[in-house]
Amino acid sequence: MYILKLLFRNAFRHKLRTALTILGVTVAILSFGLLRTFIDAWYSGAEASSASRLVTRNATSIIFTLPLAYKDKIRQIDGVKQISWGDWFGGIYIEEKNFFANYAVDAKSYIELYSEYVLPQAQKEAFFRDRRGCFVGRKLAERFHWKIGDIITLKGTIFPGNWAFVLRGIYYGKNEVADETVFFFHWDYLNEALKKRGSIFADQVGFYMIGVKDPNRAAEVAQAIDRTFKNSLAETLTETEKAFVLSFISMSDAIIVAIQLVSFVVIIIIMAVAANTMAMTARERIGEYAIFKTLGYRGWRIAGMIVGESLFITMIGCLLGIALTPFATAEFRQLLGAYFPGFAVKMETVYMALGAAVLVGLCAAIIPTWRAVTIRIADGLRRIG
Amino acid sequence: MGIPISYSFRNLWTRRLTTVLTALGMALVVFVFAAILMLAEGLRKTLVETGSYDNVIVIRKGSNSEVQSGVSRYQASIIETEPEAAIGADGRPLVAKELVVLITLPKRATNSPSNVVIRGMGTSSLTLRPQVKLIAGRMPKAGSSEIVAGRSIAERFKGGGIGETLRFGMRDWRVVGIFDAGNTGFSSEIWGDADQLLQAFRRPAYSSVIFKLRDPSEFETVKKRIENDPRLTLEAKRENQYYLDQSRMMAKFLRILGMSLTIIFSLGAIIGAMITMYSAVATRTGEIGTMRALGFKKISILGAFIMEALFLGLIGGCVGLFLASFLQLLTISTMNFQTFSELAFSFTLTSDIVWKGLGFSLVMGFIGGALPAVRASRMNIVESLRTV
Repeated sequence: MYILKLLFRNAFRHKLRTALTILGVTVAILSFGLLRTFIDAWYSGAEASSASRLVTRNATSIIFTLPLAYKDKIRQIDGVKQISWGDWFGGIYIEEKNFFANYAVDAKSYIELYSEYVLPQAQKEAFFRDRRGCFVGRKLAERFHWKIGDIITLKGTIFPGNWAFVLRGIYYGKNEVADETVFFFHWDYLNEALKKRGSIFADQVGFYMIGVKDPNRAAEVAQAIDRTFKNSLAETLTETEKAFVLSFISMSDAIIVAIQLVSFVVIIIIMAVAANTMAMTARERIGEYAIFKTLGYRGWRIAGMIVGESLFITMIGCLLGIALTPFATAEFRQLLGAYFPGFAVKMETVYMALGAAVLVGLCAAIIPTWRAVTIRIADGLRRIG
Repeated sequence: MGIPISYSFRNLWTRRLTTVLTALGMALVVFVFAAILMLAEGLRKTLVETGSYDNVIVIRKGSNSEVQSGVSRYQASIIETEPEAAIGADGRPLVAKELVVLITLPKRATNSPSNVVIRGMGTSSLTLRPQVKLIAGRMPKAGSSEIVAGRSIAERFKGGGIGETLRFGMRDWRVVGIFDAGNTGFSSEIWGDADQLLQAFRRPAYSSVIFKLRDPSEFETVKKRIENDPRLTLEAKRENQYYLDQSRMMAKFLRILGMSLTIIFSLGAIIGAMITMYSAVATRTGEIGTMRALGFKKISILGAFIMEALFLGLIGGCVGLFLASFLQLLTISTMNFQTFSELAFSFTLTSDIVWKGLGFSLVMGFIGGALPAVRASRMNIVESLRTV
């Protein structure tokens, strides 16, 4: 108990220095938490994806399409339960910076396949009845203050022209990770328009989404699909939805690695700051440590005092930082929520922050402890200031 | 009379461990600061060098990139007759009708797939891009299933090396040459004969038409004519502007990320400098009192401590920049969110970044040292002498 009291008193002997160090640790832990959350948000799409759904696309690359006729061939393959299809529409709402994902999908089968997107029954029926209808995620509707019945015009980048849609439904996610920022409309609407124009993209689909009967056999079904279309004009590449999303993320992994590295750099910076504080503290008290030794205290007790003080300071900073992280993330969500739907602090991040703080506390105490423990009593008493 | 500069410098030397730790914190911040500026500069350099001010690129109206664009043969032939196009050595206009698509290729190192640009080139494509130089093999023969790969593709992607083959569009394509386009985006592309590639990909239309202006100032005239022609639903851009637009999102992302990181991190380092300087002042109270008693002015004391903090910042800045200079050996390749294609660029250190880095480190040192130095200069002579 006395030791604890001593630790506490010691920590606040230099109030300004301790306060500054705590502030430094708080800032570092806060930015560490933010960076980690940012990386998690990057991967949130993969987490929201299902293992029992497959994505079939053109093997050459995503910009090439597949014939609509493939749907019946795929449906016949053993293990396939449901099939839906769609196109990445790539429309722009007023300005380029208003980016959101928008897809033309075969509506009935798509809603069946994506059971995590919940659309109220009345809205669903209204959407099915209206060929120009669209339905959007709750967060997206909030972002642009859309109401049911609004007319929304998207400017096509892949499919030229202005496309007008009537908002017929607003869906919400059944669980936390479901993406509520997507815009969907009838693939038939797009296809009819393309047919009228005589476009080469008529009766072509960007991707097939396939529901399998047994998720354990997903890999086998995927192979069977690709085998069916081998050596055809449009060879397919089928993978689970998760692998598909991850392959997209991995294309920009250089940025993720950089952010990860930077999140460790901030810990090293604060390690230097905390080590500096402890070094100064120990230098000033070297005479006291000599007195402790004279009184019969062992080296490990003195070490305990220094390490304890160091840990005490970093832990206060760490707890403050962790407490502030949710507020800071809320701010970031306001700024970047459109691009990264899942922006939430995870428990893992908190544990990592705690671990980092303990590490900083221990490392900061190494040099001062070594100095205090190894110094000879006479030398310690002789040193002033 | 002022306090000699060596006083400030020697003080740092006496407290080596503290100096090293504080400077290390600052060095890391300067390192991150410089790294992000270098990255943004590398991206900018790549894009500026990719496009040429004299070239005009024509794509479908509303499409943001060549990949999304489509220019029919009929429309392309109208562009070919624009009188503003320069005439080449063979007497024909310098116009290239190109096809641009993405294909997915696995990387050599990780086997993970990435989107690579394939450009079907016309007869004038090479003349229009003087930065593209063949470094091995030969150019593909017109009408054959042959391709040339950019240096960055040949090094990093499976099947991209000379003599290797790539399979797409139901054909095997042999890589017969490798070209180097310096830091430009073309180094991450594969080039082949446009008409062969159109066939292979079953595309009826080109993606873009590029031509060189006979007089760069005529851009506005030709742009107006193309965009007002009822037969064409196309838009014209200067080539360098086109490439800048292509990665505006990426540049903005890097800028926002970089600035917020630097600001947060510099807070940490400034706090570190402040702790060091406060304790430097506290342990030298007697010394300061003595100096004041000897007749040194308040302002000299203030100057000496600020000097010490600036030295500290400078050491950090130099170390940080020294470390950052090694980053120039690295190349970053990532997906451009706007075009979904692979984009490679390297960290580029310019003298401007060096000055900014040093300036930033001095500012951090100054902010960290200002308050402690003020405290030192305001000390009461008698009281500070008594503390010894």
